[in-house]
Amino acid sequence: MSDTPIDRIAQATPPAVARRITGLSDRSIAWLFVAPSIVLLLAVNIFPLIWTIRLSFTNFRVNRPNAEIEFIGLQNYRRILTDPDIWLTMQATAHFLIWTIVLQVLLGFSLAYLINKKFRGNDLWTTLIVLPMMLSPAVVGNFWTFLYQPQIGLFNYAVSFFTGADPSSFSMIANVNLAPWAIIIVDTWMWTPFVMLICLAGLRSIPDSIYEAAECDRASKWRQFWTITIPLVLPFLMLAVLFRGIENFKMFDLVVQLTGGGPGSVTELTSINLKREAFEKWRTGYASAYAVILFVTVFGLASIYVKALNKVKQR
Amino acid sequence: MSSKLLKSATAVGVFVGLGAVTATSARADDLTLCWAAWDPANALVELSKDFEAKSGHKMKFEFVPWPNFADRMLNELNSGGKLCDLMIGDSQWIGGAAENGQYIKLNDFFDKEGIKMSDFIPATVTGYSEWPKNTPNYWALPAFGDVVGWTYRKDWFARPELQGEFKSKYGRELAVPKTFAELKDIAEFFQGRDIDGTKVYGAAIYSERGSEGITMGAMDVLYSYGFSYDNPDKPYELEGFVNSPDAVAGLEFYKALYDCCTPPGSSDAYMSENIDAYKSGQVALQMNFAFIWPGIHADAKVGGDKSGYFANPAGPGGKQFAQLGGQGISVVAASEKQAAALEYIKWFAQPEIQAKWWSLGGYSALRAVVEDPGFATSQPYAQTFLDSMAIVKDFWAEPSYASLLQASQKRFHDYVVAGQGTSKEALDGLVKDWTDVFEDEGKY
Repeated sequence: MSDTPIDRIAQATPPAVARRITGLSDRSIAWLFVAPSIVLLLAVNIFPLIWTIRLSFTNFRVNRPNAEIEFIGLQNYRRILTDPDIWLTMQATAHFLIWTIVLQVLLGFSLAYLINKKFRGNDLWTTLIVLPMMLSPAVVGNFWTFLYQPQIGLFNYAVSFFTGADPSSFSMIANVNLAPWAIIIVDTWMWTPFVMLICLAGLRSIPDSIYEAAECDRASKWRQFWTITIPLVLPFLMLAVLFRGIENFKMFDLVVQLTGGGPGSVTELTSINLKREAFEKWRTGYASAYAVILFVTVFGLASIYVKALNKVKQR
Repeated sequence: MSSKLLKSATAVGVFVGLGAVTATSARADDLTLCWAAWDPANALVELSKDFEAKSGHKMKFEFVPWPNFADRMLNELNSGGKLCDLMIGDSQWIGGAAENGQYIKLNDFFDKEGIKMSDFIPATVTGYSEWPKNTPNYWALPAFGDVVGWTYRKDWFARPELQGEFKSKYGRELAVPKTFAELKDIAEFFQGRDIDGTKVYGAAIYSERGSEGITMGAMDVLYSYGFSYDNPDKPYELEGFVNSPDAVAGLEFYKALYDCCTPPGSSDAYMSENIDAYKSGQVALQMNFAFIWPGIHADAKVGGDKSGYFANPAGPGGKQFAQLGGQGISVVAASEKQAAALEYIKWFAQPEIQAKWWSLGGYSALRAVVEDPGFATSQPYAQTFLDSMAIVKDFWAEPSYASLLQASQKRFHDYVVAGQGTSKEALDGLVKDWTDVFEDEGKY
């Protein structure tokens, strides 16, 4: 008979408890362990989702506790999908999403490619480059409103230095044509390092032996880049695009701090618009339908994208 | 025996002592008063020390900055939260708070305590206390009278060289404008001008998008140009009133003023931004609520004789109105300390407390204070406050005010700041939005 600590604990366990435990199958014990997590998940994720879907078919307003809640079928969905203002916010979101992803992928990959080379001060540069993503979006938003300030903002002075234009002659966040680019610039400044880090992980995962074999085959650097580097980093790059896409689809804090959705509504992204419907106009049923539409859109697009990502990884 | 006696006496003493402590804690409550975070709130903290001393209740305060004030506090009211016992809520909340049972009705309390609404400025009673409007149903005590008015650089206006140049250009004295057209002339005159080596601008006006800023600003002009919320004879009939030719001209004027005469980057300016622009010496004119005037007057750089105050000038037809600000104080229905909260209101309504409120920088709405012969000369801005309070109009105070306000914020900002569409299109769009809201409310 062995006398390990586990055996001693087992022997000391009262027979009734031991019988109860030993009477359970492995499957039951597994369920016992995961049950708290599942209950928590149901309570904080699944139940609110089902409740939101239910509310989306009603005229419920949270600020009217005494009003009768009516089931109105698909009316909220119809109103949302036929509202030209909602489509404008969708366009603004798409513009923001596409350009931030394009710029962040290009810049992030380029920076990762440079940082991946061995040179003096490599670690220091890496640390400096990732600093913006460590800041709070609210702080970044506030900070950039000062940089964009026409009279005292450094951004305007920098543009003035290169173009000769009067710094106070333009305002990045007050001009209808410039404001959408103002938020893209800030998001790119903040999140390019994130894409860079993911690309860097991809670049560092490529074994040197592959490049050495290519060298032996006299493949040019250009060919090595297109036939080794890009295909092997692509799954990482696609993962970065997925993360940034989901994040920017629900972008709120940074843009609210920078422009508040203005001027007019040109930078009013869907999440800002949704917040106004839900917590300023208090149209809870309508906002629930809006949230369901956005959820289905993101979930659908993300599912298609993940399938494509898996195909790339299998190649 | 003596030991037994001592024990009994100690037990009785402890019992009596505990009883006294319990009785005190039952009487003395911690009351939480919720309001916006601004200068008058600090004055109220000071004023409330007197209530604490007299009542034994301890006051706590929850102040939220203006841009988030409505979001935060309406969330609190809608969720039935118990954070606030007393709420100094915005005038537009009164309809929703009354109909949804979020404030307690104060009629019986006023009758019992002899508090008469006729003792307060009529516009503040209608604006802050009544729901439905113009009926004797009171949900708040007028707490802080406020109204949009103007501050101007009196010292710049007094410069002989500027006076001469202005007169030669416009054919009249550089003085407080009587009409909005004159105000725009003055703003244009100062726009881009070099004063003491600094480039200055014409006017700081409201253009904020997120909460209520641009609506509070544009309405000042629209009212005086002839805008009406609805048909006075047929409530909720909007067509031809909200988008009347006069209203269209008023909104065009506001955009022209924004385009010609505001400092660069003023696309999202409200109370604090305008204060900053004025105090930093950037602008000659500032649109803002009257609550800022004590702070301007006391400011080392622009205060004292350097600044003057005037009420909204008239529109082209001679009409003259100003946007009402200010709030009433209400007891939150979800509060468990309503009796103590009512004690606070009773204390606050006393004439001597109201007089002290004014002296600390709070705008009392009690007629005994504002009609006192010495009131108009008590501060350089006191007469302007009285003039402005005599011409007030307020935004919708319907339960659906938030949807109505968000619609006007969007339509006005799209046109005035973003320059999208025309004034007529903006107001036609507003008629459509407001009609949709009222249809949802079953008003038609």
